[in-house]
Amino acid sequence: MKKLHRPLLVAAACALVMGGAGPGLAKDAKDKDKDKKESSAAVKAAREFNKDPYPSSYRVYPGAATALVGATVFDGKGGRIERGTVLFRDGKVVALGGADLPVPEGYQRVDATGKFVTPGIIDAHSHLGDYPSPGVEAHSDGNEATAPTTPEVWAEHSVWPQDPGFTRAMANGGVTALHVLPGSANLMGGRGVTLKNVPARTVQGMKFPAAPYTLKMACGENPKRVYGSKGRAPSTRMGNFAYNRATWLKAQDYRRKRDEGKLESRDLAMETLAGVLEGEILIQNHCYRADEMALVLDMAKEFGYKVATFHHAVEAYKIGDLLKASDTCSAVWADWWGFKMEAYDAIPENAGLLYKAGACVVIHSDDENGIQRLNQEAAKAQGDARRAGVDISDAEVVRWLTLNPAKAVGIDQLTGSLDAGKAADVVLWNGNPLSNYSRPEKVWVDGALLFDSGNPKHRPVTDFELGQPGEGDVK
Amino acid sequence: MSARKLSLALAALLTSVAAPALAQDIAITNATVVIGDGSAPIAGGTVVVRSGKVVAAGAGVAVPAGIRTIDAGGKWVTPGLVVAITDLGLVDVEAVDESNDGNSGKSPFSAALDIAPAINPVAQPIAISRAAGVTRAAVAPLDTGAIFGGQGAIIDLGADNQAVTQPRAFQYVDLGETGARRAGGSRVAVHAVLRNALIEARELARRGGGTGADPRLADTAPERPGDALLNRFDAAALIPVVAGRQPLYVRAERAADIRIALALKTDFPALKLVIVGATEGWMAARDLAASGVPVLATPLNDLPASFEQLGATQSNVGRMAAAGVKVALGAFFDQPRHAPQYAGNLVGLTKVPGATGLSWDKAFAAISSVPAEIIGQGDKFGSLKPGRAGDVVIWDGDPLEAGSGVTQVFIDGVEQPLSNRQTRLRDRYQTPTEGALPKAYDW
Repeated sequence: MKKLHRPLLVAAACALVMGGAGPGLAKDAKDKDKDKKESSAAVKAAREFNKDPYPSSYRVYPGAATALVGATVFDGKGGRIERGTVLFRDGKVVALGGADLPVPEGYQRVDATGKFVTPGIIDAHSHLGDYPSPGVEAHSDGNEATAPTTPEVWAEHSVWPQDPGFTRAMANGGVTALHVLPGSANLMGGRGVTLKNVPARTVQGMKFPAAPYTLKMACGENPKRVYGSKGRAPSTRMGNFAYNRATWLKAQDYRRKRDEGKLESRDLAMETLAGVLEGEILIQNHCYRADEMALVLDMAKEFGYKVATFHHAVEAYKIGDLLKASDTCSAVWADWWGFKMEAYDAIPENAGLLYKAGACVVIHSDDENGIQRLNQEAAKAQGDARRAGVDISDAEVVRWLTLNPAKAVGIDQLTGSLDAGKAADVVLWNGNPLSNYSRPEKVWVDGALLFDSGNPKHRPVTDFELGQPGEGDVK
Repeated sequence: MSARKLSLALAALLTSVAAPALAQDIAITNATVVIGDGSAPIAGGTVVVRSGKVVAAGAGVAVPAGIRTIDAGGKWVTPGLVVAITDLGLVDVEAVDESNDGNSGKSPFSAALDIAPAINPVAQPIAISRAAGVTRAAVAPLDTGAIFGGQGAIIDLGADNQAVTQPRAFQYVDLGETGARRAGGSRVAVHAVLRNALIEARELARRGGGTGADPRLADTAPERPGDALLNRFDAAALIPVVAGRQPLYVRAERAADIRIALALKTDFPALKLVIVGATEGWMAARDLAASGVPVLATPLNDLPASFEQLGATQSNVGRMAAAGVKVALGAFFDQPRHAPQYAGNLVGLTKVPGATGLSWDKAFAAISSVPAEIIGQGDKFGSLKPGRAGDVVIWDGDPLEAGSGVTQVFIDGVEQPLSNRQTRLRDRYQTPTEGALPKAYDW
């Protein structure tokens, strides 16, 4: 097939002008003073803008001081305690210990003998709310596929809090926090948002307080297919890189001008990219192939940013050494395979071989059904690793679902393990979570009991499901 | 590479190009034997396979003298898994159009399409599913420009050049939202198109058309009315459907669609229906049970993913089974090797207050004997009852548990290679860095 040589850089430059500061119009001399004043105000606005204009309005729900006693406890950071005791009150973990840890007065005691406790499960890659159920065209809000780089869009502005998927993720998956990303049509798809998995009327009511913003980027087939098929750049992997690099140059320039007080207006796209260069916004990079991940790591060095996490990363097992060296997490499926060319080398031992290489492993879903079974996906990966000669303890595998995803999205100081002082995001499982047979029995978010399998009134029903067949069913 | 790996790799290579290996007589002893018919696992059991068929399985089975004996060491031994409604053998890479024979959207034919010649017995998805214990599948054409998908086939997953064991085993039709779109935009259109098609087929048969071994290719077909909508081949292909000689698999998710499908039998009494999908099957469970029509259910749908799945619940399969519906797990449209995970989840539901699942025994049967029966093969495979094919899988743990895997697979009594591209990549990248030579020399 004949390939057209596309005028890549010209196209890139044109697109970037759109997002950049527009040229000023010619002015009369008498307007100069006024201009100067306005200009300095604009310069100030460009430098001192509100970085949190849609702040979290999440309020912790009331919870009782609770002692979970007698369970096998996975602490989320690789530890395991038999017949453990977990204490939490006022939304925070108070203490974690063995059977000898005394339960102070005033705690409601939950007999968890024979059951299991983990920190709340965290999905580092979800599109719940942005691609909600029902999956009708009118709900397709995850890809602003109208320009190859859209760092100006924010996933939170698409989140529909009434997506029934949130409730299933909690009831079946024990998910207490999730990172919602734009899709991968674009090289730079926009900002991601981290949510508490709490039913709310607004997305602000779900936003995880103090979680950093993230930027979704995408390698490989998707951006080049989406834009190449429209007869525009990028249409190749090399086009992807040229477009990204041109955009980062623009961002560096923007940041320098801003710091020098030379900007006359704000630019939403560049503010996001400057935030990345300053280390405030974490890069979440969709990337399948090992060779492309290696190139992305060099691109990050070239422009002075860090890739927090590669998402999907089905070939991460080929470069575990590089990923360890760069301290980049890989958020992977257990065994998705072969659905597209860049997934052809996926293997079920990906997580296990990454672990063996000492790299950060995260099990993610990218799926409204998979998010309900992240625990099982991790267990499958553990079994495949074992058969490949890599024995990994249950407690380490639970870390792939808790502290590691928390690290991947920058909330590991707040949640992800049962350390005293962290959020009391806790799941009581009716059996070992690394099993197809186990389900959450109770789920607490910040110490508030928000799901209880034994109490129908503690089973959330979204607005969409009211009055529909099966309303309030166990699902 | 170890000698064992090398010999397995060579075995894989040889079986892919040579004639099928001969079935070996084997006895597997000291096993936790799962017959697969819904009965409880039998500890300390034995399975005997001779001339490619199961001759005995259970406790107290004598091992014939001189037969190859495998001591399972207490491990689980089951029939091979049966997954109905897959695209195995039709697709290498789903999103690589040239490699994907599951989509015939631009073909002028629909019901006449026959997937059997397109099945590639050495496609990687077959090898990968085989290594996970899947030994038989019903492969369906799903994407055409019309409500009829065409004729699916029954295949085995053996490492040989003969995958199709029954071509043209069933006809596939979509009566839900997808069918509606293809029929012209609505369910209203679907039902007119469907009834017209069945009537045209019946009429063609009445005029003597479409006789012969393969009625699709009959060239003696008589003249047809001038307003016939179906082309000759598509109409002929539906004759065995309307005559009840070929089952009609009906994709339907909404309870109302399921009931309408069942009602087709009023006007076309010979139809042999199987419902596929059935997300809201629990809401039509009494009607399904009364009709005797079986279901290949998508196992764990619990989201209102569309307006025909508003009543989705993971208890669907359990509730249908409790109502007396013959229901197997199938139609999950992802990897066939996920079948045990789905079955295990249905077992897990039995511990959830208010939910309905399946017992372990019934859950395993729902991925072995029950799908085999529903696709009309229950007397040939799907269980370890005497006379069934020697499709036997040895597992390293409880087969429905997440961390378990397969250690040996036999199909028709022939031990199967378990290597594939994935295992080769795994072995190559046990250590990711290069050694004395580039990775390309490590094979």
